Amino acid sequence: MAAGGHGERSAPGEHAGGGERAGSGEWAGGGERAGSGEWAGTGRIAAGLRTYGLIAAMWTRSTMAYRASFALSTLTSFAATFFDFVAIMLMFSRVRALGGYALPEVAFLYGLSAVSFGLADLAIGSMERLGRRVRDGTLDTLLVRPAPVLAQVAADRFSPRRIGRVLQGALVLGWALARLDVVWTAPKLLLMPVTVLSGFGIFCSVFVAGAAFQFVTQDASEVQNAFTYGGTTLLQYPPTVFGKELVRGVTFLLPLAFVNWLPACYVLGRPYPLDLPGWTAFASPLVAVACCALSGLAWRAGLHSYRSTGS
Amino acid sequence: MTGEPEAVAGPGALAAPGAPEADFIVLDRVEKVFEVRRKTGFLKRERREVRAVDALSFSVARGEMVGYIGPNGAGKSTTIKMLTGILTPSGGRLRVAGTDPARERRRLAHRIGVVFGQRTTLWWDLPLIDSYRLAHRMYRVPDARYRENLERCVELLELGDLLDVPVRQLSLGQRMRGDIAAALLHDPEVLYLDEPTIGLDVISKAKVRGFLKELNAERGTTVLLTTHDLQDIEQLCSRVMVIDHGRLVYDGALTGLHEAAEGERTLVVDLERELPPVEVPGGRVVRVEGPRQWLAFPAGRSAAPLVAHIAERYPLVDLSVREPDIEEVIARMYAGRGVS
Repeated sequence: MAAGGHGERSAPGEHAGGGERAGSGEWAGGGERAGSGEWAGTGRIAAGLRTYGLIAAMWTRSTMAYRASFALSTLTSFAATFFDFVAIMLMFSRVRALGGYALPEVAFLYGLSAVSFGLADLAIGSMERLGRRVRDGTLDTLLVRPAPVLAQVAADRFSPRRIGRVLQGALVLGWALARLDVVWTAPKLLLMPVTVLSGFGIFCSVFVAGAAFQFVTQDASEVQNAFTYGGTTLLQYPPTVFGKELVRGVTFLLPLAFVNWLPACYVLGRPYPLDLPGWTAFASPLVAVACCALSGLAWRAGLHSYRSTGS
Repeated sequence: MTGEPEAVAGPGALAAPGAPEADFIVLDRVEKVFEVRRKTGFLKRERREVRAVDALSFSVARGEMVGYIGPNGAGKSTTIKMLTGILTPSGGRLRVAGTDPARERRRLAHRIGVVFGQRTTLWWDLPLIDSYRLAHRMYRVPDARYRENLERCVELLELGDLLDVPVRQLSLGQRMRGDIAAALLHDPEVLYLDEPTIGLDVISKAKVRGFLKELNAERGTTVLLTTHDLQDIEQLCSRVMVIDHGRLVYDGALTGLHEAAEGERTLVVDLERELPPVEVPGGRVVRVEGPRQWLAFPAGRSAAPLVAHIAERYPLVDLSVREPDIEEVIARMYAGRGVS
């Protein structure tokens, strides 16, 4: 069902930037030089957020100039992702449970994953275009502005219609919460917003790391899609339906399990995958912070290599 | 490498923070080495170092307008990318307005303007005015200053009817004018132009040149421009630097370049009818085709005496003067000097 997600991305109007002429692409290779040059810190983060806000606001204004078109494309985005869930519902017309999970429980997993991913996609989904900018040399035009490049790339072509995916996920999540047979304790309630925010952070870092990888291999956006769209689709199903190796991979290598599986197991009172200890259900924020830090470093390394090789 | 001026300068240096006026842009033995990997067979790779810029030294004073020319792949763009902080030099020392561009990229960005002839800095799918509004906020230009600069650019570059047009719908000449305006809204002290007239029609070229001339004269903006068009240099720059294979091979006035290259210009004359080659002191006929004849004469000299001489003695119908192109001038330079 990941195909639904891809279709939504290449909606008309997204691909108009083809006219920028390709640069000369003079050299490839690895000139090296020590000294990273720029300072990390709160000033930098504030500058990044300000830049992001300015560019995102510009694109939003431009989108809102054509309200009908915006409404239609948001609806399309909503509908395209909704079929994902319809497929799951159809599956449940044949079976009573999937890996031991009933429909409301699967919907709960689906909702958490879809909302986290939808928010990340809305915020910085356009980063997958970075490879193209590296290839045609237009990244240079971002480097001569007095603003962090990451923020400029993240906000480029900010597209509010992607809110459609978030709304759809929220709707499914709401339905699941209403149908779940769960005794809501304070920790469980608190875990909900924390989980969504952590999931948002983890998916954002996957987007950033994927973009950083595109400094090295400019055609890597499909690989990135496998981890982002592929990842969210994977998380829509219970961990019990997958092989142990795969679950291990998305727990320890690419820690997507912390987006919804582990917190959901706690809320639903289900056994943890891989017999993980109970506290892991609450580890999502830490994992998210670690992921963001790592992907930030990867981004810095990527940009640094670009600035020494110019390719 | 020379010592840091901050370290050797006496107390008097406090009067002029940043760069001295004469050394607004300074390059001291700057190098840029790229490593090129090439596949030479199955799993076999050859590594080769390419020196795009090799021990390049020059300085540009504040308010100067300098042409930076050279054949394709000579290292022009690499130099501009190092001066703007896009690329980090592999060696040597480089300062623009007293700062190291690669280390202080974002701080320097407030003080420089950049126009890439072949890729726009404008937001491709949005109306032109959106790019300007964003620059206003991003560069934190005071409102009054922004309005003043925008009005001036709109008037001089004739952008009035284009402000609401999406950038992708602009013609090349319109887009270039739009790009130049975008680079100037924050009052940069130095403007880098990489091939600003490439692909433009005659009228657009004239507009761009006129604007740059006025900018330099009125605001004292330092301008460094790369170009393939010798007329850009002729009409704008009192100084020209020639780079080839990453090295500076000439630095001086344009006329001097012609002399150094022993360059020749060509006078094309159309006579009333077919005639034997004309005889003129200071020129020689290199080609005859029906009533049209081509005369070569030294590029450093004026064409006027030749024209007067011919008009007096021959039935002259029409004439034109052709400039040698940059590749030709540089090729001659090497031939004349006997270097590689």
